[in-house]
Amino acid sequence: MLRCSAMAESKITLEQVRHVALLARLRLSADEETRLQADMSSMLGYVEKLNELDTTNVPPTAQVAEPGTPMRDDEVTNHPAPDDMLANAPARQGNFFKVPKIIE
Amino acid sequence: MSDLNRLTIAEAQAKLRKREISSCDLTRACLNRIAAVEPKLNAFITVCEREALEQADAADKRLATGDAPPLCGIPLGIKDIYATKGVKTTCASKILANFVPPFDATVIAKLRAEGAVFVGKANMDEFAMGSSTENSAFGPTHNPHDLERVAGGSSGGSAAAVAAYECLASLGTDTGGSIREPASFCGVVGIKPTYSRVSRYGVIAYASSLDQVGPLSRTVRDAAIMLRSLAGIDSSDSTCSARPVPDYERALTGDVRGLRIGVPKEYFVEGMQPEVEKSVREALTNLQKAGARTVEISLPHTSYAVAAYYLVATAEASANLSRYDGIRFGLRVPAENNIELYEKSRAQGFGAEVKRRIMLGTFALSAGYYDAYYLKGQKVRTLIRRDFERAFETCDVVMAPVAPTTAFKLGEKTDDPLTMYLSDIFTISVNLAGLPGMSMPCGYDNAGLPIGLQIIAAPFSEETIFRVGDAYEKLGAFSSRELKI
Repeated sequence: MLRCSAMAESKITLEQVRHVALLARLRLSADEETRLQADMSSMLGYVEKLNELDTTNVPPTAQVAEPGTPMRDDEVTNHPAPDDMLANAPARQGNFFKVPKIIE
Repeated sequence: MSDLNRLTIAEAQAKLRKREISSCDLTRACLNRIAAVEPKLNAFITVCEREALEQADAADKRLATGDAPPLCGIPLGIKDIYATKGVKTTCASKILANFVPPFDATVIAKLRAEGAVFVGKANMDEFAMGSSTENSAFGPTHNPHDLERVAGGSSGGSAAAVAAYECLASLGTDTGGSIREPASFCGVVGIKPTYSRVSRYGVIAYASSLDQVGPLSRTVRDAAIMLRSLAGIDSSDSTCSARPVPDYERALTGDVRGLRIGVPKEYFVEGMQPEVEKSVREALTNLQKAGARTVEISLPHTSYAVAAYYLVATAEASANLSRYDGIRFGLRVPAENNIELYEKSRAQGFGAEVKRRIMLGTFALSAGYYDAYYLKGQKVRTLIRRDFERAFETCDVVMAPVAPTTAFKLGEKTDDPLTMYLSDIFTISVNLAGLPGMSMPCGYDNAGLPIGLQIIAAPFSEETIFRVGDAYEKLGAFSSRELKI
């Protein structure tokens, strides 16, 4: 059970890989696309074992923290300096993050 | 005084308070050890020599006043996933290679307030995604017990640094076993507390419904000391529990009489290394002799945990990692337009495993697949949680191996992601159920590699875990071996 061979059958097409890459904003090379098609197929094949379980009436678990969100007073507790916040900016102009033009 | 770096926190606390040693001496001993072994181990991404000595000096002044908090002057390693103000925080990724946070994570601020000393930022799998620290953009960490083997992951640097006496204890994080598995592989103690016990503010997020902060140390007592300083409510993390934090050291009574230990049959499976099973069963026998009882239990959905985890965790990761877009911080690859800028920055900044998980998670959340994959994973998560709820009706703790094998060889599993994922088969359920779980050494295999014993309890029962772990440690069932480095 501790070893799993690579999947022969593909669970996902190359077109699907490209579509997901677009959604994820990842520009993949042709090699990466092929490799990811194989890896994702292998994982999607593996997770099919979940279908052995009938979960019709099982509620999903989204989080396991104790219920209820603690409340606090809405007070300003930090005063970030623009220079600190912009210190890691790849490009900056004045007190702004500089980005390529979006609207022509 | 050359071996000060080998002291436990409890020992160092006493010596520092009696002024038998100074934090500067202690810190220098750790830094000297780091200089000597780092070329072989690569447990740290950044060593903070100057800052550490400044912190040690300040700690000594505070200790001299006779009014110092528990971790004052104690040299610690910090996984490079924690935001440390003014100190580079890379998460072992090229995309954050030059990121210097303008703020401290809550737990870092807490440790700083106690006067702790940070000797360096520990190596890890990129964005905590991995089980071997081979996914670090800064090269893998080597296991101090055998340099050709992995230290485990993702907190491999944190575990190796503690095992190799480069610091007294360290901080890791655990999303699917990332504290417990490296602790097991390196022969140290590591606890993943109950989900929400410790603040995650300033801890770079991987899978937010699973991520938890925890310490790695050389003794159970030291883990108890560390957790008391880390745990507690935080107004910056709304998931963080308001429950009071107990004095965990007071739970270390050494008494396990009447304790019911659940032994899950699903955790002793075919294919696991025989010495691992033997060592864990010996530990159980020793605890029985000390007055504990074992009860056979069943956690019937165990074999579905890895599949459920890789849907839930990757889905959350794909959302969490969308913030790395080359706009406000991190790597930016120049491009003609914004979409191209995002795509190229992320393509160059993320390593292969991170891309793989973002892709799987994005797929699991995408239109038409959400119900079949992500929702299904969340439903199976409910079944796994219920398994444990039922188990804790008949036992106080669950004991099992941490991993099916001892540390594997570098490169052994890098070509087969699924095989790598399955090395977390015994740790992942605990994250899905939000439970506390600890790994501690319980012996060695025939090659001299450490074996880990896992102790799991009901939510917020860390005291029980520490009590059992400490009692087992006091039995002295096996003797630790000297490192060759």
